[in-house]
Amino acid sequence: MAEAVLTTTLKVQAPPRELEREPLVANQRSLGWLSDHIAGIAEGKAPRWWWFAFIPSFFALCVLGAMLAYQISTGVGVWGNNHPVMWGWDIINFVWWIGIGHAGTLISAILFLLRQRWRTAVNRAAEAMTIFAVMCAGIYPALHVGRVWFDWWLFPFPNAHGPVWPQFRSPLMWDVFAVSTYFTVSALFWYVGLVPDLAVMRDRAQTKVRQFLYGLFALGWTGSNRHWSNYEKAYLILAGLSTALVLSVHSIVSLDFSVSQLPGWHTTIFPPYFVAGAIFSGFGMVLTLLVPLRKLCRLEDVITLRHIDFMCKVTLATGSMVGYAYAMESFIAWYSGNPYERFAYSNRAAGPYAWGYWTMIICNVVVPQFFWSKKLRNNLVVVFIISILVNVGMWFERFVIIVVSLHREFLPANWGYFRPSWVDICTFLGTLGLFFTCFLLFMRFLPMIAISEVKGVTPQADPHHPLGGGKPGGHPW
Amino acid sequence: MKPETIYGLIAEFGTPAETIHAAERVRDAGFRRWDVFTPFAVHGMDRAMGLRNSKVGWFSFIGGATGYGLGNLMIWFMNDANYPILVGGKPMFSPFAAFPPSYELTILLGAFGAILGMLFLNRLPRLHHPLLKHRRFALASHDRFFIVIETSDPKYSETETRKLLEEAGSKHIETVGD
Repeated sequence: MAEAVLTTTLKVQAPPRELEREPLVANQRSLGWLSDHIAGIAEGKAPRWWWFAFIPSFFALCVLGAMLAYQISTGVGVWGNNHPVMWGWDIINFVWWIGIGHAGTLISAILFLLRQRWRTAVNRAAEAMTIFAVMCAGIYPALHVGRVWFDWWLFPFPNAHGPVWPQFRSPLMWDVFAVSTYFTVSALFWYVGLVPDLAVMRDRAQTKVRQFLYGLFALGWTGSNRHWSNYEKAYLILAGLSTALVLSVHSIVSLDFSVSQLPGWHTTIFPPYFVAGAIFSGFGMVLTLLVPLRKLCRLEDVITLRHIDFMCKVTLATGSMVGYAYAMESFIAWYSGNPYERFAYSNRAAGPYAWGYWTMIICNVVVPQFFWSKKLRNNLVVVFIISILVNVGMWFERFVIIVVSLHREFLPANWGYFRPSWVDICTFLGTLGLFFTCFLLFMRFLPMIAISEVKGVTPQADPHHPLGGGKPGGHPW
Repeated sequence: MKPETIYGLIAEFGTPAETIHAAERVRDAGFRRWDVFTPFAVHGMDRAMGLRNSKVGWFSFIGGATGYGLGNLMIWFMNDANYPILVGGKPMFSPFAAFPPSYELTILLGAFGAILGMLFLNRLPRLHHPLLKHRRFALASHDRFFIVIETSDPKYSETETRKLLEEAGSKHIETVGD
């Protein structure tokens, strides 16, 4: 026995080359190249394409300002909302924008907990997208109350009206807490992730102003390992908290609907169905942004085709979950035997808004199925077109849920039809302007890829890998 | 002119593996006031430095527990004690209706706890640091790895410490002014 133990070799063979994982950063780029290239996007003069994107976005942002001023000074009557469709484009766009934000948190938090190391290449841009999308979303509930100057009544402030407090049995109050927490925590998580990269920007700064500003926001980060130790722990906790948060936010948004007793809204499937749809639409938006940006900023080595491939797979999976939810909703409407519920669903598929329902089904359920093909997942033109169709489809999902459920309720005497006003349309285009203006400014002034995190997933960052100085032939772990 | 005081010795390394092995030697030599500076968090460095598990979790836990308790207390006070309104025969206070806002407050204050705890434990923000004035130290955010042993360490000696770092494999050792 003893001899048998002694003759056993203590070393494990290195894995064969063909079993080694493909590195996440292509073309053997060095650590220094990553800093130079990624930080370089936010340095120097803005490229011409940036101005071509920025000027129309900024114009749309000005349109948003004008529309909001018009709506505040005149009243919500300028929107197309009517009786019985009391919630129109305001709530559709609120839910749509909040949903888009969810992919950013999924990438930054849930994929972090699941140790999906490819997330490092896309998480910064996706989190920025989250923050700007939540800003766009926040405009609508704030404005749809009609008298914006009373918005502070939503928050539990001590006030001079005698004891008058918000009423916490209403899901609308839960929403106030969910959305404001979501915005705050997403922004903090994003900022914490930025701190080491702001230090990179500070150390590279050529002018005094840049050095001062990046230095100020980098908080004096030195890259000390004693700091990294606490930092990594805080980041892990924030990822855990954000996971719990993102699942709750769209669940609470869905409770705005499902706690009411309207056919088409009053279903228990809403929370998971809304969360899956939110992540689906968010990945659509991440792909819409990153497919052109990786080309324009020459980031093909950092956001590789493999990254795009993974994101397409998530889109396919969540799109199919959404399709399942649609099927279940219709099945339960039939199976429940409730005539109002049955009518709500037949009215969706065959009523006056059937075009909206079928646009939703085609964009959300049929179109993502193309992603089963690896060839199509690697074709960037196809990916870009599908990502836009996903966004369109998810917008129509909210349209179907909100407008189509409201326009024909219990009493036929209350039936109506909804058409958006020009103010609705211009306000929506304006929020797109706000979103793209913020995103373009972000990528001009801040590193749009998490530099230190991407460095950490390269082979030369791994102390057990030969490129990181580890002994050749040693087993990685 | 005031004589320049010395903050410590800075030794440069090229790869994470070299840095980890050097850190193990510094740890085993019994130094206390020293640190490793890397452009990204190096896996295994905490153990090589002999660091214990970070305490950030406690700050976050206290924040989260405060958030949940505060949320319930706030809703009970506002809707039951101070300003009760009857809505549809529902109870004035129920932990179920109070759950969603309290849950969000748990996360909010838990996140504040994690971030403020991290900043407190790291003594950040600290915008002036002797190392930030050092010429080569900017590479710590680029692609180099540094070990710094401070002169305030009781075991510090100009010649012996330099020898230790040289033996640990650093090709580039300098003193840093304070």
